[in-house]
Amino acid sequence: MTVALFLEQILNGLQLGVMLFLMAAGLTLIFGVMGLINLAHGSLFMVGGFVCAAVAAWTGSFWIGLAASLAAAAALGALVEITVIRRLYDRDHLDQVLATFALVLMFSEGTRFVFGSFPLYLDPPAFLSGPVTLPGGLPYPAYRLAIIIAGLAVAAGLGLLISRTRLGMQIRAGEADREMIAALGVDIRFLYTVVFALGAALAGFAGALIGAIQSVQIGMGEPVLILAFVVIVIGGIGSIRGALVAALIVGLVDTLGRFLLPTLLAGVMEASAARGVGSAIASMLIYLLMAVVLVFKPKGLFPANA
Amino acid sequence: MKKTVLSLATAASLLAGVSFAAAEPVKVGMITTLSGGGASLGIDSRDGFLLAVKQSGNKDIEVIVEDDAQKPDLAVQLADKLIQSDKVDVLTGIVWSNLAMAVVPSAVAQGKFYLSTNAAPSQLAGAGCNPNYFSVSYQNDNLHEAAGEYANSAGMKKVFIMAPNYPAGKDSLSGFKRFYKGEVTNEIYTQLGQTDYAAEIAEIRASGADGVFFFLPGGMGISFMKQYAGAGVEVPLIGPAFSFDQNILQAVGDAALGVKNTSTWSKDLDNEANKAFVAAYQAEYNRLPSIYAAQGYDTGNLLLSAMAAAPVTDADAFRKALEAADFKSVRGKFSFGPNHHPIQDIHVREVIKEGDIFTNKVVGTALADRADAYAADCKM
Repeated sequence: MTVALFLEQILNGLQLGVMLFLMAAGLTLIFGVMGLINLAHGSLFMVGGFVCAAVAAWTGSFWIGLAASLAAAAALGALVEITVIRRLYDRDHLDQVLATFALVLMFSEGTRFVFGSFPLYLDPPAFLSGPVTLPGGLPYPAYRLAIIIAGLAVAAGLGLLISRTRLGMQIRAGEADREMIAALGVDIRFLYTVVFALGAALAGFAGALIGAIQSVQIGMGEPVLILAFVVIVIGGIGSIRGALVAALIVGLVDTLGRFLLPTLLAGVMEASAARGVGSAIASMLIYLLMAVVLVFKPKGLFPANA
Repeated sequence: MKKTVLSLATAASLLAGVSFAAAEPVKVGMITTLSGGGASLGIDSRDGFLLAVKQSGNKDIEVIVEDDAQKPDLAVQLADKLIQSDKVDVLTGIVWSNLAMAVVPSAVAQGKFYLSTNAAPSQLAGAGCNPNYFSVSYQNDNLHEAAGEYANSAGMKKVFIMAPNYPAGKDSLSGFKRFYKGEVTNEIYTQLGQTDYAAEIAEIRASGADGVFFFLPGGMGISFMKQYAGAGVEVPLIGPAFSFDQNILQAVGDAALGVKNTSTWSKDLDNEANKAFVAAYQAEYNRLPSIYAAQGYDTGNLLLSAMAAAPVTDADAFRKALEAADFKSVRGKFSFGPNHHPIQDIHVREVIKEGDIFTNKVVGTALADRADAYAADCKM
């Protein structure tokens, strides 16, 4: 194993981490402010990917596709909030899970209805499609580097939005005490719609970014959603900072685990068994991490209402 | 759940008036994947099969299509329903090996015929073979074996091999190694459904291999190939046809150009039946057929050929008629081995671009008249 390979894997872990953050940020905001478990968040990720692919194919520009996916996911998020989600805030979590799971099924079949059953084509813009050489002579895909930068920029922007703006203040107040900010005259219904649309836009953005290096297909959001739930549980539900830290930890642990475990185990057992066992344990690793975190910090690393 | 009942028999007899004594009608239950991420495979299998039925003009065949949503439990329920309440004679259509293992053994034990349009796990080819089970597609290992043989002939000495961590993935790598004679630098099992291959691609770059064999069906292959092209690694790729079928290639785009893959079928195979099939499929569905469509079409024609030779109620005669494989396969040469799995040529294809469409062309034959590794274990 070389240093270059190790560095490349760390970058890969970071890239997975920032992508998870884009998903987890919306999820944790929605849970923190509205107390809502939203399984349909993965569907918004998928919608982002499909809209970006379709618009990019139509206009020939990835960037127009990316903008369209942001707009479409935000609009769809607002629409879903007003028509369905709004009725769920006072229900218990089981009702929310059932209703948002129904949304998952409707979005999947609706997407099939609109776009057909076959995966769509979406490529990164030409100038990001190849590898770049990093200092030290390490070649790395330019597009993945762009995802890392875009994700960190979004994280910084979101941090400013929450800590410095009026909307951010209302969001923080909403997390602390929902009834009180309504009593203070903030239009809580409008705030909820805005937060939901913001979360949806982040998911759609992630879907479009990731769609360019993965398969844009029905159900592409669900595996990411599961990881995003792990992230918000580790990070502390409702905490943006927790989501960022946990997303990077999960990204790094998952990537490095898959890469290092089979090699490490090969030292203590026969090679092909080591590969089998190693990859099996690697796929469990983030769940083990979540269990360990919950044992020592039952509210996650950065509890929002501490 | 979607449910399509195609009752050609009823419609036709109403129109024409029953003027002749109908032969023994055959009821076919098709269980395949029409929703969820794997839907394109099932849709093509179904469309290929139904095209064969439609072209034959045979009024005595009724096909009931059901969607298994790629769920083994649902497939089992559908099989029970088709056998007990619809009283079908023949089952077909399952795409995935885990679903086939859940349905096939009990269906054939109840005396039904099962014709596989795709899935053909090793368990059903060896000791678990059954006189009423026919695989019209291949045996699961075949395309991987051919890839191993191709790696030899292409002069690859150090190959990096990779497949998802599930039974068909393990069969795939052992199939490859059965024929490949060089050194395996890394043998990697990825997660089933994995979408990010950055870690594996970094290892390929560091491995010093001169070839990469990968079995990543469906969306996994799309993700891998796009990311591989983006990483700028130049090591040539080879794989079985599953990551290179007509529907997937359009989503991969330029990243797949030039990649070699092994297949029992290709749209440019030079035989009359295939030319007619490709043209008819395009005319009917307005898209190019995939390997799944070709296998579905062959399965339909095999069934029709057997119906013409023997009544389905006489199971022994009908089985003999199926074994004869007296139909024009779009794969050219086609016959059944003693375990009811095909003996056929396995070709090497290369991904090319025709106009705006990505597709495959045959560049050679990896294995001629290949049967499978399990036939000797089959006692029937």
